[in-house]
Amino acid sequence: MLGMNKKDTALMIVVAILALGAPILLNPFPTESAMAQFNAGYPDLMQRFAIFGIFAIGFNILFGLTGYLSFGHAAFLGVGSYSVVWMYKLLDYNVIWGLPLAVVTAGAFALLIGYVSLRRSGIYFSILTLAFAQMSFNLAYSVLTPITNGETGLQVYTKDPQVLLGANEANSPHFFGLVMNSSSKIAMGGWEFTFNNGYYFCAVILMVMFYLAIRIFRSPFGMMLRAIKSNNTRMTYTGLNPRPYALAAFVISGMYAGLAGGLMAAMDPLAGAERMQWTASGEVVLMTILGGTGTLIGPVLGAGFIKYFENIFSKINDNILHGWFSFLPDGLEDFVVFIIHPFIGKGWHLTLGILFMLVVIFLPGGLVEGGQRLKKLVTSKKDDSNNTAKTEPAE
Amino acid sequence: MSKTTMTRRGVLKTGAVAGAGVALPTIFTASSAAAYTNEPTGSTVKFGFNVPQTGPYADEGMDELRAQELAIEHINGMGDGGALNTFSSKALGGDGVLGKKVEFVTGDTQTKSDAARASAKSMIEKDGVVMINGGSSSGVAVAVQGLCQEAGIIFMAGLTHSNDTTGKDRKANGFRHFFNAYMSAAALAPVLAKEYGTDRRAYHLTADYTWGWTQQESIAAATEAMGWETVNNVLTPLSATDFSSYIAPVLNSGADVLVLNHYGGNMVNSLTNAIQFGLRDKMVNGKQFEIVVPLYSELMAAGAGENIKGVYGSMNWNWQLQDEGTKAFVQSFGKKYGRPPSNSAQTCYAQTLLYADAVARAGSFNPCAVAEALEGFEFDGLGNGPTLYRADDHQCFKDVLVMKGRDNPTTEYDTLEVVEKTPVAQVTYAPDHAMFGGAEASLGTCNPGA
Amino acid sequence: MDAIILQILNGLDKGSAYALIALGLTLIFGTLGVVNFAHGALFMIGAFCAVTLSKILTISFETIDPTQKDFLGNPLVVKTPYVEAWFGPEFGAGLIDWAVPLSILFSIPIMIGIGFIMERGLIKHFYKREHADQILVTFGLAIVLQEVVKYFFGANPIPTGAPDALTGAFDFGTLLGFDPNTVIYPYWRLVYFFFAAAVIGGVFAFLQFTTFGMVVRAGMADRETVGLLGINIDRRFTIMFGIAAAVAGLAGVMYAPINSPNYHMGMDFLVLSFVVVVVGGMGSLPGAVAAGFLLGVLESFASMNEVKSLLPGIDQIIIYLVAIIILLTRPRGLMGRKGVMEE
Repeated sequence: MLGMNKKDTALMIVVAILALGAPILLNPFPTESAMAQFNAGYPDLMQRFAIFGIFAIGFNILFGLTGYLSFGHAAFLGVGSYSVVWMYKLLDYNVIWGLPLAVVTAGAFALLIGYVSLRRSGIYFSILTLAFAQMSFNLAYSVLTPITNGETGLQVYTKDPQVLLGANEANSPHFFGLVMNSSSKIAMGGWEFTFNNGYYFCAVILMVMFYLAIRIFRSPFGMMLRAIKSNNTRMTYTGLNPRPYALAAFVISGMYAGLAGGLMAAMDPLAGAERMQWTASGEVVLMTILGGTGTLIGPVLGAGFIKYFENIFSKINDNILHGWFSFLPDGLEDFVVFIIHPFIGKGWHLTLGILFMLVVIFLPGGLVEGGQRLKKLVTSKKDDSNNTAKTEPAE
Repeated sequence: MSKTTMTRRGVLKTGAVAGAGVALPTIFTASSAAAYTNEPTGSTVKFGFNVPQTGPYADEGMDELRAQELAIEHINGMGDGGALNTFSSKALGGDGVLGKKVEFVTGDTQTKSDAARASAKSMIEKDGVVMINGGSSSGVAVAVQGLCQEAGIIFMAGLTHSNDTTGKDRKANGFRHFFNAYMSAAALAPVLAKEYGTDRRAYHLTADYTWGWTQQESIAAATEAMGWETVNNVLTPLSATDFSSYIAPVLNSGADVLVLNHYGGNMVNSLTNAIQFGLRDKMVNGKQFEIVVPLYSELMAAGAGENIKGVYGSMNWNWQLQDEGTKAFVQSFGKKYGRPPSNSAQTCYAQTLLYADAVARAGSFNPCAVAEALEGFEFDGLGNGPTLYRADDHQCFKDVLVMKGRDNPTTEYDTLEVVEKTPVAQVTYAPDHAMFGGAEASLGTCNPGA
Repeated sequence: MDAIILQILNGLDKGSAYALIALGLTLIFGTLGVVNFAHGALFMIGAFCAVTLSKILTISFETIDPTQKDFLGNPLVVKTPYVEAWFGPEFGAGLIDWAVPLSILFSIPIMIGIGFIMERGLIKHFYKREHADQILVTFGLAIVLQEVVKYFFGANPIPTGAPDALTGAFDFGTLLGFDPNTVIYPYWRLVYFFFAAAVIGGVFAFLQFTTFGMVVRAGMADRETVGLLGINIDRRFTIMFGIAAAVAGLAGVMYAPINSPNYHMGMDFLVLSFVVVVVGGMGSLPGAVAAGFLLGVLESFASMNEVKSLLPGIDQIIIYLVAIIILLTRPRGLMGRKGVMEE
């Protein structure tokens, strides 16, 4: 279907179901139950899942296929966000102006940085991209404040021109009247599901971007990129110049990042400089490795995993713990809370760090490998040879 | 059973119609019949406490959280009531707010605008909070304030000292109890002139971001009005950890005072480095060389250790004050946590009480009603003396403390001493002051959301 | 002129910290081929060795002084360190005062121990894995280490002073014939510089003049052949990891009085130390040291007012700008070897 083989079509369908059903699938616990703390089906987090999924898919096209490890992709994310907010400021709140611009500017930026950085390989390339991104962040935070609004973050002020703004137009980001912030809540038994316009906007784009990634992975161009990773020298000897291919991959992944950054600003009309910092670049690297480098679905899983911990675990506090364990006798309750206490709330970094280590020690292929093992356990059927196409790392 | 039966297509359609047809779009919720965002329907109401729990300001965030929990206890009638007993308004009866028991949720700002907004959004969308309080930087405060304005809930700022928060970035749904850079400067300058003379030459090191700039602008203007001369202003990167290369040239510049417009880790390091270079042991222009740190906090004082001795700065509040409100709060806090509260903790405590009180006086959680109750509200007994929540910019006006690093602290907590309580009249400014966005700055209109 | 001398001093001092951290990092790269994102955390743990020792020395017994009141109005609890009670106030206070230099001795076994445990328990299993996996696992470890430190010491910086005898500043300018107060430099920073020089010299001498060092150098050049010769290179690499950890730890111990240690100081240095190592060239020890000093000095010059007024914000980006220029003009940094970490 749509030029995909059977396995890819199945994967695409799975992704579509997950993306469209997220508001229900991510809210498995009734609203009033103690476990509701673990529900992730609220608009902001779902939007983040989709946006960082796009970011990681794009990053994986570069890193997973060519093996070039960029430590500067957050710069493109930031450029995308700034482009969109500037379009809000100059034209109006319709994201149709900003999003294409975000992709284009991020692409242009990536072309420039990629052209220079790809003159080197290995860790030298990583440090070059890191250097460019850190320069962008440092300047955006200080000297470039007239363009970026520095520490505060770029936002729309009432005195901004907004020349296209109509009298009846929404004063928050929208797509031809489809207001991103609007949601419908549907209560069903003890559950409440929130269907948010912005989330579905992101989810549709995620599906398109995922489809695009499948096509890139399976195309001759994708084969070329894999060749860069597996044997650069041999590729050169056969008379092929790998640089244009690597550069194309770099620009494509930069455009994915720009789109993700643009979507962040489309969901929430503020562009902070922090999203360009090296930690943000590092985060997408971690997402990709954690999920499974070179696999199609891995980066999306990795993005979801990290964002889930950041947003859910950081909000659990001692009060909530006491609530959960109140059925225990007093002394035991305090003891259990004392044991768990370092890992939640302000300790969510610790939990994340431990999980990074556990995943990489026990699941060398990332979360995708975990999934495969589970599947093997369940089906305990010998994999047919086709199956590996889905998850095999791009070696 | 389902309240409304909607297909996804239907939702999208209605969304589109709502967006295109209605001038004020429905934000965050479209289907509910609530009069405003997160209208509490049950027997409880939720407050959101959004403080840094990871990163360099984690300890400050922890202290804010302690104070906020204490405030909730007092509002719900547990504990000794703290400053509720001394608070001039008696609208709160210790039985929650408007008969509803107050609960709270917590989040981590990471001191990053993006993360703070994500955390605030999850509180609004998932937990249904009516108010968000806390934070320890101005970038975060402005970002979250903007979000609360869009979402239609009240933002009670925590520690934010930049002029912009209630200046050019002021919002109808946002309120600040903490003082600001202008007030620091207005309070400090006369004391500095008295202690160090009016014929001084100042060298500024300024953190290169919005707060640093407004702080430097304010203190330079105030000291220049006293007759000081500003020799140089050097911007330092936020990420700098070693300030030696910025401090080394100071002695040779002809300046005899060094002003460190830094906060947090930046300030701890720059002050430590300045002391290492022996600046305060030197005589320049025939005068003893001095260092000034316009904005102090207890945690910074603790981080800088001995280096802080004799260095002047300013604070919003300090636990050593002797008024009834302070005593009640410090007793209550000290008994529960075994340590005196910091000034950011006091701000968060006061803000939580002020919000609850405003709700009780307004008789509604509707943010517009609450805002109206807070605007122009005059109160006393929370530790800062008589205070006014000015209607024009939602800034609190109260006395400002000028502090000095204590020479011989007896415990780890009394590292600072109160030098002077600058009366509120001296730190008051016009709402359209040029440093606060001028005449252009406006609160906009109150947004109740849904 | 005096301003330039001052900034050269500053640069050498900053550079010595960069060089020490980069030296350990490049040792691990060069010998084990491991990208160690936890190296900054080792530096941080070193600094906290100094904090811990000064905490241990100030473990106190409490007496109640009824004449004074604490903040709740209760009688004040006065703390007296045991060492002052045992060794007399004079010597006890002296011990506390010299806590940082003393913790050099204290930290070496600890850091080598941590290095051994890290290598044997974790890193060893990642020699054959991809660099990406190494990054993920060491980054996870770095987070865990710093969160553990945060759990015990809090997030706020902890002031850890130099001995009184070494505080204050030295008037360098008068030696060179300038006016007094033109070129002053803190004693402790001078100590740091000479200490760093000694450690760097020691590591080089060890690698150059001992049989052990010779084998390690041979292993860095061609691990396989050395293994074929029947030499147990693994054990030596474990020891090298311990040494690298100790170097990072020492850099941290001595850094504690310069900036109050906090739990994330390792992350602050992490990116910078990677840049230094790469600019120096992968697998080159002299390169790492040279790059450390070069970047330190250039960073100091960039923060001069004269330079900043010409190019606003240059001090924010100088390190990265220099890194880009060097990497574009010299393919493998200053002294990098071909083929190391280039895939």
